[in-house]
Amino acid sequence: MLKLRNVAQAYGKKQVLNNVCFNLAAGEIGCLLGPSGCGKTTALRLIAGFETLQSGSIQVGDVEVAGPHHSMAPEKRQLGLVFQDYALFPHLTVEANVGFGLGALNRTERAHRVADMLRLVGLTREARQYPHQLSGGQQQRVALARALAPKPRLLLLDEPFSNLDVELREKLSIEVRDILKHEGITALLVTHDQHEAFAMADRVGVINEGVIQQWGRPYDLYHKPRNRFVADFIGEGVLLPGIVMSAHQVKVELGLLQGVDAAESDGTNCLGFGLGADVDVLIRPDDILHDDASPLQAEVERRAFRGAEFLYTLRLPSGARVLTQVPSHHDHAIGEKIGIRLDVDHVVAFRKSAVVKHRTPS
Amino acid sequence: MPADSLPSDAQSAPASYRGSHAFCRRVLPWLPVAPIALITAIPVLVVMSALADPDQEIWQHLWQYVLPELLVNTFWLVLGVGLGVTILGVSLAWLTAACEFPGRRFFSWALLLPLALPAYVTAFVWLGLFDFSAPLPTWLRDEYGILALPPVRSRGGVILVMSLALYPYVYLTARAAFQGQGRRLMEAAQSLGLSRWQGFWRVALPMARPGIMAGLLLAIMETLADFGTVSVFNYNTFTTAIYKAWFSLFSLPAAAQLASILIFFVFVVALLEYQLRAKRSYAASTRAASTPTRIRLQGGQGLLALAWCSGVFALAFLLPVGQILDWTLDVWETDLDARYLEFAWHSLLLSGLGALLVGALALTLGYAQRLHPTPALRVTARLATLGYALPGAVLAVGIFIPVAWLDNQLIDHLGLDGQILGGTLAVMLLAYCARFLAVSFGPLESGLGRISRSVDEAAQSLGVVGAKRLVRVHLPMLRVSILTAAALTFVDIMKELPITLMTRPFGWDTLAVRVFEMTSEGEWERAALPAAAIALVGLLPILFLIRNTDHAKA
Repeated sequence: MLKLRNVAQAYGKKQVLNNVCFNLAAGEIGCLLGPSGCGKTTALRLIAGFETLQSGSIQVGDVEVAGPHHSMAPEKRQLGLVFQDYALFPHLTVEANVGFGLGALNRTERAHRVADMLRLVGLTREARQYPHQLSGGQQQRVALARALAPKPRLLLLDEPFSNLDVELREKLSIEVRDILKHEGITALLVTHDQHEAFAMADRVGVINEGVIQQWGRPYDLYHKPRNRFVADFIGEGVLLPGIVMSAHQVKVELGLLQGVDAAESDGTNCLGFGLGADVDVLIRPDDILHDDASPLQAEVERRAFRGAEFLYTLRLPSGARVLTQVPSHHDHAIGEKIGIRLDVDHVVAFRKSAVVKHRTPS
Repeated sequence: MPADSLPSDAQSAPASYRGSHAFCRRVLPWLPVAPIALITAIPVLVVMSALADPDQEIWQHLWQYVLPELLVNTFWLVLGVGLGVTILGVSLAWLTAACEFPGRRFFSWALLLPLALPAYVTAFVWLGLFDFSAPLPTWLRDEYGILALPPVRSRGGVILVMSLALYPYVYLTARAAFQGQGRRLMEAAQSLGLSRWQGFWRVALPMARPGIMAGLLLAIMETLADFGTVSVFNYNTFTTAIYKAWFSLFSLPAAAQLASILIFFVFVVALLEYQLRAKRSYAASTRAASTPTRIRLQGGQGLLALAWCSGVFALAFLLPVGQILDWTLDVWETDLDARYLEFAWHSLLLSGLGALLVGALALTLGYAQRLHPTPALRVTARLATLGYALPGAVLAVGIFIPVAWLDNQLIDHLGLDGQILGGTLAVMLLAYCARFLAVSFGPLESGLGRISRSVDEAAQSLGVVGAKRLVRVHLPMLRVSILTAAALTFVDIMKELPITLMTRPFGWDTLAVRVFEMTSEGEWERAALPAAAIALVGLLPILFLIRNTDHAKA
């Protein structure tokens, strides 16, 4: 439904986007995730048509909306947009805002469509109110209804929840996902918040310095990061030094790890590093379990209470540190030694002492 | 992030991208903007060229007989009024912003009211009351034999009256500065052992200096531009000299020569003001949020503050307004005739047309700047709005000369008779556009600035662009700004004197011209009726301003 091919964009000397490619199938929700200034908003604005594409091509459905020699005007692209600040028209009621883009319909059709949209987002009672009379979450839903009303081929959302407080953010992102899935809308959002990305999207592209570092399912981003940037940016974890024992085995301080893959950018399997080579293995907090019976002991160095669980930072005898998530009735003091055990499903290894390479063109 | 990588400035980035489109983008916005800028630029250049190319004979005459007096008069006037408005404005601002005394709430907004009265109205009331032959001094002489009342028709008199009329400029900016300081810095000063009085001199006043300077420079610009007040007092300055050279000596070149000297002074002041404004916007962003605790003035001090505020308010507002009403009641039965209705009609027509035209030009300028935010366009918009600094007398000369030249060309080449453009409303309206574009542009620009860019993009993504977007989104959102701009311009044109006087069609009198004619014949009572009408209309935007700045609440 959405295809970006070799999209590149530079402003002055600064390369904002470099060789960006990805596909989004019809009905899928995609997400560009990255730190601020990584180029994700520029990508969104290129798709919307508010910036002029410099090279590459962008295709929506069967239509190339922007290519090397032409650019379709934003209003012709039939895309829906939800802005970070919602950009509701302050002089119009909720109803009129939602009906704003329905100029092609006659009066009754328009009224029907507006009513449908308001029902969809649960704002039927607020139809006659003005934007400033609504809460932030309600304004957000008006913006969504307004963008969906003209039946866009693709919905673009620019940091749609960043103006809301954390609790509302989570609730609303699930609500919005349900609405989009229910209506079968293809959508692309950009955000810097991985929780939002994971809650909303089927496919996530981690983007940094204008390059897509990895494009895939949230699960793969978390457990099989392609490179150190993705490993670092997504979730928590530590890199533990180890020695390659075979194609899928690495020995670390805590024992022999099975099912280790080389991170995609470093080769196909661990033998690529060489037998006996030093590597770093990404260990997530959920890879380590607390087990009082275990002979492996580690000292509690720091602890963060998170309600249902503790996140402990543990010091191994060698001085290396690992993280573990433990149900919160296991209340251990700092300095205490606790037993741990590995519970590794699949992990990835990175070349040791490799210069941190974030720019790894595919 | 370097500025050139911001998305909004990046639209022209690909040079090879659709050549004709890029050309349109670059040239189209200038089509409306360039003529608007020329309306201001041409009179300035015409007047300046008189300075560059002086006529020896005229110059010698001016230098020998005219300039010495003008320079001395202008020097004392600027110095005196500058000092006067600073003392009045700062003291009143400090009292109402930082102190507590009986009546403070009332005075904090009431002290703005003199802005509604044109200075020339205050001036003729004062002359009517205190001149040698006026009832009050005569009565004092007859009853008590007091002869030593200082003459009001003097340099000191002009300075006093103009200070009373112009102090609100300083009051407004100084008060905002004092209020913005918050209390923490004064508390810090006190904790370091300074008394509050010392704190005022060493902390509050230095910090408010940019604000005070800004108001002071505006007041000085008004002083240099003033024509009505000084002519009521027969105090010769450049503006009155320009008028006399043109209409008594019929020497337009001499008028242009004088205008070119005045414009030089004005530019110096305008430049200072511009530099200050650039700095001040930076200072304003670090505003403290805490509200100051007021200094409670006890007993005698409180009464003193009350007396000072009431005194200024009475002399600057109550006295002129009361006297005008009194005179109006005396004369309205005989004066309110068909002729008077014609003056009022002329004033309303002119102000209405002017407000419409100026508003439309300002909106075009602001909109072009929004759609094509290039540095060149921004600078041009700034230049186009510089006309506010130009004295009306200068503009009248600067507009009339090219129009007369154009008329001559038309007469020569087309064989037409007489004046075609000269002496029509068109000339006046052009001059108003140059002078008051900034008045309309200010509110419209800030109104447009408040509309976020994503609103534009939201409309565009929903298929609403171009004129449709202007009508359906921008104009409704700008409603208040448009009304403000129109109201301010309307009132300013209504009060305007020199441009109207010098460029109006023959015998085409307005309320302001009527006031001028009556006062120049010393018929104070008969000037009261038109003055009352002008003051009444002038009060409206001031009340609006007071409501908006929340002076009543503070």
